[in-house]
Amino acid sequence: MSSVEQKQPLSDGPDWSFELLGQYQAEIERVAKLYKLDTYPNQIEVITAEQMMDAYSSVGMPIGYNHWSYGKKFIQTEQNYKRGFMGLAYEIVINSNPCIAYLMEENTMTMQALVMAHACYGHNSFFKNNYLFRTWTDASSIIDYLVFAKQYLSHCEEKYGISEVEDMLDSCHALMNYGVDRYKRPQKISMDEEQKRQKDREAYLQSQVNQLWKTIPNKGDLSAEHEYRFPSEPQENILYFIEKNAPLLKPWQREVVRIVRKISQYFYPQKQTQVMNEGWATFWHYTILQHLYQENLVTDKFILEVLHNHTNVVFQPEYNSKYYSGINPYALGYAMFTDLRRICEQPTEEDKEWFPDIAGSDWLETLHFAMQNFKDESFISQYLSPKIIRDFHLFAITDDDKESTLEVAAIHNAEGYQQIRQTLSAQYNLSNIEPNIQVYSADITGDRSLTLRFIPNKRIPLADNFQQVLKHVHRLWGFNVQLEQLNDDGSVKLLGSCPL
Amino acid sequence: MAHFIDRRLNGKNKSAVNRQRFIRRYKQQIKQAVSDAISKRSVTDINNGEKVSIPGKDITEPFFHQGQGGHRERVHPGNDQFSPGDKIKRPQGGQGGGSGQGDASADGEGEDEFVFSISKDEYLDLLFEDLELPNLKKNQLDKLVQYKNVRAGFRSEGVPTNIDIVRSLQGSLARRVAMTAGKKRELHELEAKLALVEAEPVPDQHQLMALREQIELLEKRIGAVPFIDSFDLRFRNFQKRPEPTSKAVMFCLMDVSGSMDQATKDMAKRFYILLYMFLSRSYKNVEVVYIRHHTQAKEVDEQEFFYSQETGGTIVSSALKMMADIVKDRYDPAEWNIYAAQASDGDNWADDSPQCADLLAQQILPFVRYYAYIEITPRPHQSLWLEYEKLQQSFDNFAIQPIRQVADIYPVFRELFKKQAA
Repeated sequence: MSSVEQKQPLSDGPDWSFELLGQYQAEIERVAKLYKLDTYPNQIEVITAEQMMDAYSSVGMPIGYNHWSYGKKFIQTEQNYKRGFMGLAYEIVINSNPCIAYLMEENTMTMQALVMAHACYGHNSFFKNNYLFRTWTDASSIIDYLVFAKQYLSHCEEKYGISEVEDMLDSCHALMNYGVDRYKRPQKISMDEEQKRQKDREAYLQSQVNQLWKTIPNKGDLSAEHEYRFPSEPQENILYFIEKNAPLLKPWQREVVRIVRKISQYFYPQKQTQVMNEGWATFWHYTILQHLYQENLVTDKFILEVLHNHTNVVFQPEYNSKYYSGINPYALGYAMFTDLRRICEQPTEEDKEWFPDIAGSDWLETLHFAMQNFKDESFISQYLSPKIIRDFHLFAITDDDKESTLEVAAIHNAEGYQQIRQTLSAQYNLSNIEPNIQVYSADITGDRSLTLRFIPNKRIPLADNFQQVLKHVHRLWGFNVQLEQLNDDGSVKLLGSCPL
Repeated sequence: MAHFIDRRLNGKNKSAVNRQRFIRRYKQQIKQAVSDAISKRSVTDINNGEKVSIPGKDITEPFFHQGQGGHRERVHPGNDQFSPGDKIKRPQGGQGGGSGQGDASADGEGEDEFVFSISKDEYLDLLFEDLELPNLKKNQLDKLVQYKNVRAGFRSEGVPTNIDIVRSLQGSLARRVAMTAGKKRELHELEAKLALVEAEPVPDQHQLMALREQIELLEKRIGAVPFIDSFDLRFRNFQKRPEPTSKAVMFCLMDVSGSMDQATKDMAKRFYILLYMFLSRSYKNVEVVYIRHHTQAKEVDEQEFFYSQETGGTIVSSALKMMADIVKDRYDPAEWNIYAAQASDGDNWADDSPQCADLLAQQILPFVRYYAYIEITPRPHQSLWLEYEKLQQSFDNFAIQPIRQVADIYPVFRELFKKQAA
């Protein structure tokens, strides 16, 4: 420690310069290495507030194709920002290799350092190592793919008209959540290959579709085929099904469906790891900057500003506060990782009972293991400790529309821990949040109608704007579309169809 | 393992295209909002953009999501009073009880309006879309043409003031290089030869002399090439380019007799403002002449025009006569694009109306680009309108429209200036 203390602290600004950014970055990287954070190379881009708003409205994609909905988002962001209703995020980080992180020009030196630690080492290492990202996204090809998508779509706009492309995108966006493969691993390819393959795919797909519809209904076979259903199993990836099987889509339209589907797939892991990802990044910006402070590399003023911001970020309003809007993923994630470290370093009797495997183990290894192998749902059900439940004063509420009142199902006491853990975990399970709708059948021998089937989870109905979505499905499919609901008792109810 | 990129100088309007797409898609709604706004808008505030509000439910992007009802369990932080088994009244409005109710606005049922601002230019574009100045094309030929000097390359002759020094010296340099390059090469060769001969132990004096002579001759010839020649000179060339005149004058004629109350005048004012904005989009400078009249006409300034109260009868022809005089005096129709808008409540001294029609037909309509008459009255039309109606048959740069209430102004304006089907 004595040799370390002789170091000269880095300037705490408040103004930053590229030289200073470099110095901080080097120190942060050195500390990150000590903690075995394994990252993609960083590409740190300094941008202005206006550019940050641009980045916002294209949902964080550095290169987005053009669509009115991004314009709408931009207008909203601009309005809110200019009227002071919202501040802009300090950073945006993109899951790519090299990992692109945006720093806003307006930030002070302290904030830039905090953002670098948070994004360039926290999020970056999460992107590189979490199993969901490793399985579902390919960081090295995403930028290429977005470039390809943008070029392809603007090419389509020239060729087929802006409105045509816009219609397609509208419809695909409506089904974006249903364009995800949950089980199949997507393949990795680069842009060159993508372009080459795209041409082949066009021709091939069209020929396949034609083949499909050549199965002309044969009167003799009709009774024998009565039980035959296409697809033979329900398909959860509706966009994929449409891309491969919609009878009337032109080749370029299939490609558009594919682009939307791919991008949806790319964002799929982010939806499932909000708590973990933010918690991990927050834990590391805190830990790394504290480490620098202990080495006397940063000033008191610096660390106070960091702590001020850090506390704001991890603030969790209570259920009856007017600021309450659900559980703050930064707060929960940060608390859980910090607690995990505590369980390893200073386990109590309770921890030994609840976490016999990790209590007293090497904290760094345990944290890395947790980061790599879980998503929000499983992370919470594995690691939410009674201490966190007590600290947050968590309680579970049962809201059943058959009852006239809500009921408190469990609170932060010994009897309630397990239930709160399960309920909270289920709250982050996407299949509990998004309605379960699958392609049930396509009547390829008859009127070519498409049947979607909705299976309610705990009797939670579908929001009644589904008719509008059906219109979009109809536009893509080209023939009648029906939506059925499969009830608990096995009965099937027709919810709606398009055209009506 | 990190590098920094300064992107601050990159364009910031990455989203401009998307914003335009948004406006393009919701043009109908936005246009509706814009034309609603013109009737509500304060008359003095016309150079700003406009806040546009379109129904929130029109712009939602639908997607499948969960509705209300069913069986839900949720975890919330900050328990301060509950024990297991407590029954709580279902809260209204979603606070505390279940954030699942936040869905209500996402599904498009919310009444929220989507409010945003468009710039002045976008506002005017939308406001005046599909409108055009009448008769512009037909009259283009006899529009007075002004000439403007514009640069048009270089030429080899001209007056000394127009000499372009850089070009001339470039020419000079090129000429000197071209004329001396061969001789210089020869000179170098001779000098090399001379050096060889001189280096010999016993130089051949005869040869030496001959070489020296040749060198001297060459040097003389090289020196004789002039530094600058009249051939090198380049002069800036100017051409006269015809420019259509961008001057326009707008005559505002208004009846200020006792029958015109302030509300009527305000309506007229809005019409004038629209016309002014519209003209200023086509012409660089638009002058405005205000003529008000009761039994006598008077040229006044804007303030007096709109806000001074007069009483008495009405003789419209007085104003028309004055306008004709002013045109003769100050606005040569060959030089100015003349527009006129007349607003009145339709009252006129009955004998005067035919005279008005005559004045218009003889002295005004042949010289103006467009003459619009708006009659602001809920009552039936009177003699003036009837006379004007007749005139309309024979002049296509003359238009009349009735206005009953403020909200009519913009539609009437559009009607007057809408693009004629080709």
